[in-house]
Amino acid sequence: MLKSIAVRVSQGSQFIPDPRQASPPGFRGRPLIAAADCASGCDACVASCPTAAITLNPVAIDLGRCVLCGDCEPVCPNALISFSNDVRMAATDRQALTVSQPRPELDPVKVNQALRQRFGRSLKLRSVSAGGCNGCELEVNALSNVNFDIGRYGIDIVASPRHADGLVLTGPITRNMAQALQLCWDAMPEPKLVIAVGACAISGSPFEGSSAIDRAFLSRFAPTLYVPGCPPHPLTFVRGVLDLLGISS
Amino acid sequence: MGPAKSVVMALTQDVQPLGLDAWASACAQAMAEGERLLTLFGRIDEDDSVVTTAVTLGNDNGESRLNVLRGRGRRGDAFASLTTAYPAAQMFERELWEQTGLQPTGHPWLKPVRFEGARQQHMADYPFFSVRGQEVHEVGVGPIHASVIEPGHFRFMCHGEQVHHLEIQLGYQHRGVEALLLQRPPMRLGSMVESIVGDSSNAYAWGYCAAVEALAGMQVSFASDIVRGVALELERVAMHLGTLTGMATDIAFLQGGATYGRLRTAIINATMRLCGSRFGRGWLRPGGVRFGLTPALRQDLLSTLTAFSKDIALVNDLMRNARSVQSRLQGVGTVSLKAAQDLGLVGLAARACGVRFDTRASLPGRLYTAHPVSVLHEDSGDCWARLTLRMREIDESVRWVREVLQAPETDLALASILSVGKLWPDTLCVSVREGFRGPVVQALETASDGSLLHYKVQDPSLVNWFGEALAVRNNEISDFPICNKSFDLSYCGNDL
Repeated sequence: MLKSIAVRVSQGSQFIPDPRQASPPGFRGRPLIAAADCASGCDACVASCPTAAITLNPVAIDLGRCVLCGDCEPVCPNALISFSNDVRMAATDRQALTVSQPRPELDPVKVNQALRQRFGRSLKLRSVSAGGCNGCELEVNALSNVNFDIGRYGIDIVASPRHADGLVLTGPITRNMAQALQLCWDAMPEPKLVIAVGACAISGSPFEGSSAIDRAFLSRFAPTLYVPGCPPHPLTFVRGVLDLLGISS
Repeated sequence: MGPAKSVVMALTQDVQPLGLDAWASACAQAMAEGERLLTLFGRIDEDDSVVTTAVTLGNDNGESRLNVLRGRGRRGDAFASLTTAYPAAQMFERELWEQTGLQPTGHPWLKPVRFEGARQQHMADYPFFSVRGQEVHEVGVGPIHASVIEPGHFRFMCHGEQVHHLEIQLGYQHRGVEALLLQRPPMRLGSMVESIVGDSSNAYAWGYCAAVEALAGMQVSFASDIVRGVALELERVAMHLGTLTGMATDIAFLQGGATYGRLRTAIINATMRLCGSRFGRGWLRPGGVRFGLTPALRQDLLSTLTAFSKDIALVNDLMRNARSVQSRLQGVGTVSLKAAQDLGLVGLAARACGVRFDTRASLPGRLYTAHPVSVLHEDSGDCWARLTLRMREIDESVRWVREVLQAPETDLALASILSVGKLWPDTLCVSVREGFRGPVVQALETASDGSLLHYKVQDPSLVNWFGEALAVRNNEISDFPICNKSFDLSYCGNDL
């Protein structure tokens, strides 16, 4: 009993009081693109990018493909690209995931009133990994730990698809997992939504183009929320969902 | 000759491949002499011929060394299976058969490893063993499981509550990694390699970097070596903590679950302050490391570890001495030393059975020669052994990191990326890194123009899954979750 109390005392208070105010030190998050010109004929950043997330004229980074590795940062002769520790990268529209020189910030996720009414007080999620490398899976797991504690907002990860309102999809969707994913989705009662977590789920990057990938599922069921990163920081997920459902923090 | 290195190179023009039978005999001979079969694989060459490679770990006057054996055959050719005499070869031969079409004759269970290539999407056709008799039944679980976890199928053959055998069918995570690695420039594979097994990013990235650096004939600075070592040990600590969290939760020891969970947060957040990512992504690159450790970061990490050590000692003490924990874990999921040796189990799963094998010690290179790690082991081979060994390995990793951070002679802030240069042509390079599960083996072979001809990846999970299947025999089916968690093997590492 005394040992248990000692552990409890050492534990202290670990939860993040307000995820909307949290700003993780050192996190390589939302890229910043300076407004200056590129060096003439230079495409070093494009060549350095492992997932073809960067396009030029103007310089733009697709966060649906970006793995936030930072390999582009040191190669730019004019130091146009850097990274902030901003976790706010979620979006409700695939096209809106791109940051560029003319549009350096993402639009904030707007409250969806219909979803708010249905799920604003209780959102149960079933996670399916379809080729995830266990990075996203660990971060989705972390949502329920004592630090992020999404249960306090009525958001829970549940075991059965029968109990779920939403599918948290991780991984690029392997052909070998495509059928099981569909079965799980079919087992979930309406109304239901898909949350795509991580660069693999959003675009297939870095596994895009593999003959072992089959992304047809996403052409049938477009995600309601995209959560970029590789893996996404749990706060990117928490903020995205809280904003989408209009949950106060 | 310096200390045994964790990479081995062979000029493929100089190594005349043996005929398939002679090659298999040479592999058998090496194992008969007590060498450990580290990996065995093949690649399809021109004209439907198949080049086979086996890498063994031998002993030369007390010094470990890696040996390479090459063979050549044609698709569809048969050779006498090694598995009948050396079960450690069983998974490698299954993979060789699935990937190249070579036929290991006499293999007792030649079944698909991951349903790749033409077998994709035929998951329902897996040839399970079946069990017959009165009151016996089978239970199928997965691929999707009740928590946030990668997919895989488990088929239990039971008599009442007792498991007679567990058959594990994987492949759901197959992304075609090995093929993709050949489609990108060899120096820019860092990100993809970090995603092969995303909880072992640093082990994989280091092994990849070491291989391309050796192929280019360059050596990184010692400071970079140390920073890579720190990255790897932080990953080991974080992932062992993740397993401890899961094990505590699975036996409803909730205070342990909550505490190990937040301790893991402290470690991965420290990793993020060093390199920008909680998983070390983007940290290790060919030529060195992208982020050195400034004196401020060094101090930051040291104080994090000081606070961490104090707190983990408390919760370890609580958990180890709780009778309910002992009762749930001791004698459950046991693998004998003999079975572990026969099956060639590696890493923590093997060390928990008494196998004293850690490639950081047997292939230390200059880093672990300057700063050795202790090879820890337990003897009971059960869930309890895997639990306590994880606790002890965390302590040893923390001790090691503190030692290298406090060593005054190297300025870790200077660790950076050096230029790497072109890869040697016609060369095979095999690198080994001891990740938190065990040795991660990566074999890169270059063509005559220096481009990559083959990139073979082998996670320790490939061989260890069978150890888990043995562990649950004669246990209650309800103990499966805790057995599974205590091994904590990788699905995507098996499926690639």
